[in-house]
Amino acid sequence: MTETFHTNSLFNISDKTKNRNAAERRFRMYGILAISIGLLMLLVLATTIILRGTSAFQQTFITLEVDLLESKLDKKGNRNIDDIKKVSTFGYSPILVNAMKQALEKHEISTSLKKKALGGIISKSAPSQIRDFVLEDVNRIGQTVVFKFLVNGWIDGYIKGRYSRESVANSKFASAEQFDLIDQLLEVGVVEKKFNFDFIFGADASDQRPEAAGIGVAMVGSFYLMLVVLVLSLPLGVAASIYLEEFAKQNVFTDIIEVTISNLAAVPSIVFGILGLAVFINYMHLPQSTPIVGGLVLTLMTLPTIIISTRASLKSVPPSIRDAALGLGASKMQTVFHHVLPLAAPGILTGTIIGMAQALGESAPLLLIGMIGYVATNMPNTISEGLLSPNSAMPAQIYEWAKRADPAFIERAWGGIIILLIFLLTMNTMAVILRRRFERRW
Amino acid sequence: MKDQTYLDRESNLTPGISKISAKNVNVYYDDVQALKDVSVEIEKNAVTSFIGPSGCGKSTFLRCLNRMNDTIDICKVTGQILLEGEDIYDPKIDPVQLRAKVGMVFQKPNPFPKSVYDNIAYGPKIHGLANTKSDLDEIVEKSLRRAAIWDEVKDRLSSPATGLSGGQQQRICIARAIATSPDILLMDEPCSALDPIATAQVEELIDELRENFCVVIVTHSMQQAARVSKKTAFFHLGSLVEFGDTEKIFTNPNDPRTESYITGRIG
Repeated sequence: MTETFHTNSLFNISDKTKNRNAAERRFRMYGILAISIGLLMLLVLATTIILRGTSAFQQTFITLEVDLLESKLDKKGNRNIDDIKKVSTFGYSPILVNAMKQALEKHEISTSLKKKALGGIISKSAPSQIRDFVLEDVNRIGQTVVFKFLVNGWIDGYIKGRYSRESVANSKFASAEQFDLIDQLLEVGVVEKKFNFDFIFGADASDQRPEAAGIGVAMVGSFYLMLVVLVLSLPLGVAASIYLEEFAKQNVFTDIIEVTISNLAAVPSIVFGILGLAVFINYMHLPQSTPIVGGLVLTLMTLPTIIISTRASLKSVPPSIRDAALGLGASKMQTVFHHVLPLAAPGILTGTIIGMAQALGESAPLLLIGMIGYVATNMPNTISEGLLSPNSAMPAQIYEWAKRADPAFIERAWGGIIILLIFLLTMNTMAVILRRRFERRW
Repeated sequence: MKDQTYLDRESNLTPGISKISAKNVNVYYDDVQALKDVSVEIEKNAVTSFIGPSGCGKSTFLRCLNRMNDTIDICKVTGQILLEGEDIYDPKIDPVQLRAKVGMVFQKPNPFPKSVYDNIAYGPKIHGLANTKSDLDEIVEKSLRRAAIWDEVKDRLSSPATGLSGGQQQRICIARAIATSPDILLMDEPCSALDPIATAQVEELIDELRENFCVVIVTHSMQQAARVSKKTAFFHLGSLVEFGDTEKIFTNPNDPRTESYITGRIG
């Protein structure tokens, strides 16, 4: 056999070798193909998100000089705050329309629009903005103040190219005349498109005011969630892993625990949600929609991930290090805490951050425990009650927006996804950096 | 227990100068018996070496002497091992305390991924052997000097021990083991990962350590056993075949298996 196999010169490539090389080339091609498809998908995803989401960070604003007329706001003229409070936001609409008219006169723009349509250009949040300003100091009545208002979502949509004159022909929310007017106002600089910090730091808004909605409160909610998850799951997860990996004897019981933990990691998150609803809310009567309940549910979800990654990193510490410490007369616990744990720390940290990132992006269990609280007050009012006050979380807020009818909310959902992704990318990058920095060789 | 056999074996032992006496030690890994009825007397202030082919149980027996086998769940030890007359497998004995008294050096150099200083200082620290920083410094220096590595590392005490060469690392491990002032030093093939020069250094070191410690060394190299030890035990297939003066084992062994191994016919 050896004879026939080796008779030829090395330059004659045998059929078998040819086949082998061809198979290898094919396999490489499959690999490159797989990676290309993956990259392409990522590219499509990233472009879509960026194209659709970036517009949420910009908003159209209108700058108006508003006369805070005494005749409308304080008919008795005695600056009694209780009387002034009786004037609802509805009573502020006329002065807003007045201000609009004055601006048009000043820039010599004529329009056929009626009062209501004229006021409709400005966001419905504008009257309360003036009212809050007046109630802060009643002596401001009678003054002329420059305000910067949000422009109504439909008008904003026109400026961002979402609507055209044709598409609103039969709409009761916006009209072609309003668009004409806004074009003129844009030209003279009364109306302008600017970066909108309130989208990042502000609170959610009702269905009629998509232009005022922000993700800030949900961000605070997510922050509280992460706090609860970190405080609960890191010590519990690490303690459980150390015990299982270093102290527990290998027997049927620990085998069962191991299988159970692996299974828990694969349980769909919505199951944890319904468990949280049944146990934490219905049985333990913890307040609904609060970060404490959300955090507990996400802790249940994160624990298996942390335990599995911690055990893996404990396992990767070479046994020779344990032998060395034990051989010196260190106790089991000294061995673990002085030598094994520091070496496993980068892995534990990475696992924890990845588990937290998972929890941060989780929405299903939060929907079940009602962590989609509608909080309309802006910071810092919302963060005062912290863990026990109803709140929302970023992914739940995104879901909430995506579900609403107005396309302006869909735009905000995409914008929210960008913010969420920035958080996740930051966390994952942190995990990589920490691992690189603390990794020690042995 | 089989008292009769103990008496039989004790008759040809020399009590008084033995540090460790093992009687009828059996070791099982689950159902597999790794050691069969091993009885050995190890002298104080002398080097005893265990030789034998791979898998003959010599390392297993060494690890019984400081109860390192406890860390293996499936390992079961029966019989009696007396350290200065005390049974180290007595339930009342704390293996942690035992290991402080019986130091160990492993086959592969395994310094902690810390500085040279911290490596040596760790043992004294956890056993509270030094009250002040200067005491600790003194112990570290003394241990490094005794391990014949002080001159090489005195300027780099704060650099990581894992950055040293293999031979240096192994001597660091020896220094670390003697820093806790054990009575007995167990060495499990300490030179198997070293080149001839480093091996020579370690052997020289073992020879010096003999004056203060009872050294037990497991080795694959018969030459090494012949060079460093006073007594030699030959293990084969889990049993102790022959134990006696090194010179006698290598020149005039009683058992044909020992002779076959020494001359290279088996193993």
